[in-house]
Amino acid sequence: MHEFSLAVSMVELAQAAARREGAERIEAIHVEIGALSGVVPEALEFAFLGAREGTMAAAARLEITYRQGVAFCDACQTEFVIDNRFGIAVCPTCEVPSAELREGREMHVSHLEVA
Amino acid sequence: MADPIVTRDVRVSAHGTTEVTGARIVQVQRSLMAHNDAVAATNREAFAHCLVINVVSSPGSGKTALLERTVRELGGELQLAVIVGDLETDNDALRIHAAGAPSVQIVTGTVCHLEAEMVARAVERLDLTSLDVLVIENVGNLVCPAAWDLGEDLRITLLSVTEGEDKPLKYPRIFREAHAVVINKLDIAEAVGYDRARALDNLRQVTPAAQLFELSARTGEGMGSWLGFLRERLSSKRG
Ligand SMILES: Nc1nc2c(ncn2[C@@H]2O[C@H](COP(=O)(O)OP(=O)(O)OP(=O)(O)O)[C@@H](O)[C@H]2O)c(=O)[nH]1
Ligand SMILES: [Mg+2]
Ligand SMILES: [Zn+2]
Repeated sequence: MHEFSLAVSMVELAQAAARREGAERIEAIHVEIGALSGVVPEALEFAFLGAREGTMAAAARLEITYRQGVAFCDACQTEFVIDNRFGIAVCPTCEVPSAELREGREMHVSHLEVA
Repeated sequence: MADPIVTRDVRVSAHGTTEVTGARIVQVQRSLMAHNDAVAATNREAFAHCLVINVVSSPGSGKTALLERTVRELGGELQLAVIVGDLETDNDALRIHAAGAPSVQIVTGTVCHLEAEMVARAVERLDLTSLDVLVIENVGNLVCPAAWDLGEDLRITLLSVTEGEDKPLKYPRIFREAHAVVINKLDIAEAVGYDRARALDNLRQVTPAAQLFELSARTGEGMGSWLGFLRERLSSKRG
């Protein structure tokens, strides 16, 4: 579980951006988490409850957008969604494993709602 | 290709702020790993003249055993040093030291992986200018270390024959992002009923491009091609 480290850096990023904008408090933090990022959204939510204490985000909501994994198949030159629970990238058409992941590893703060 | 994301239609101003139903929107678009990645980039610059490898596996796959033997077999030829991350104790650093290489232990306490900043602090205690190969033994864990770039050149994932052939399927990311996979404890493969074909097939599904080494850190079987790989990567890095 490394979600606590992530939650702390999430709040730090959010505070830095909110201060830059002259905001008084953060009402919501919107993050995108990829299916292949290794981050468990529930664990991040839980860690956030600790990480936000005593910060500008003390009463903020955490809004998580979960993104699917997408890989590229070299054989048929198409992108496909990785839809199995193991996150294994095998092209559904060619049944060839792919080494090229195009989406799904993201974990970033997209935007904030501030006041 | 599916677009799984539902975004609200917000207008972004030149200052990166937007009004939506009363609340002010501030665009951020920064990775949660931004700080770690910046420190990793600084590490990578400091590592310009030595080969740096980050070794990850489940607890007990034989990371330290592989490094002890690597140090013993390459020690006469190359300058090696090892940074070891563990939740508790400095046993592993002492083992490496006994094998003949300088070692720095990072005791992470409750943190389940190494971060770039911990490595930056640890290398302060090493003389990088005299090093050929720096090995970072990560905390035994197949999930968390995957996300943290330490500034390494190569990520090596170990799998031992006792762990079950489906480990790569259960923890795909740590195998997918490996430059090489080492299968260890070959000496007891037969005794534990290791199904080689199935293990290799699972690895190929998850990490089709990784180089593969099968060896025993205990008997030394198969070490030759692993050591050859390190030599070759070092010389290609130094051009
Ligand atoms: N039979 C056999 N045993 C091995 C081999 N390599 C390591 N071991 C044994 O496996 C156990 C764990 O080895 P370590 O080298 O401590 O494993 P590790 O991955 O460093 O463990 P952590 O740092 O705790 O995650 C020890 O009892 C080793 O002696 C091998 O090639 N064959
Ligand atoms: Mg060890
Ligand atoms: Zn295909």
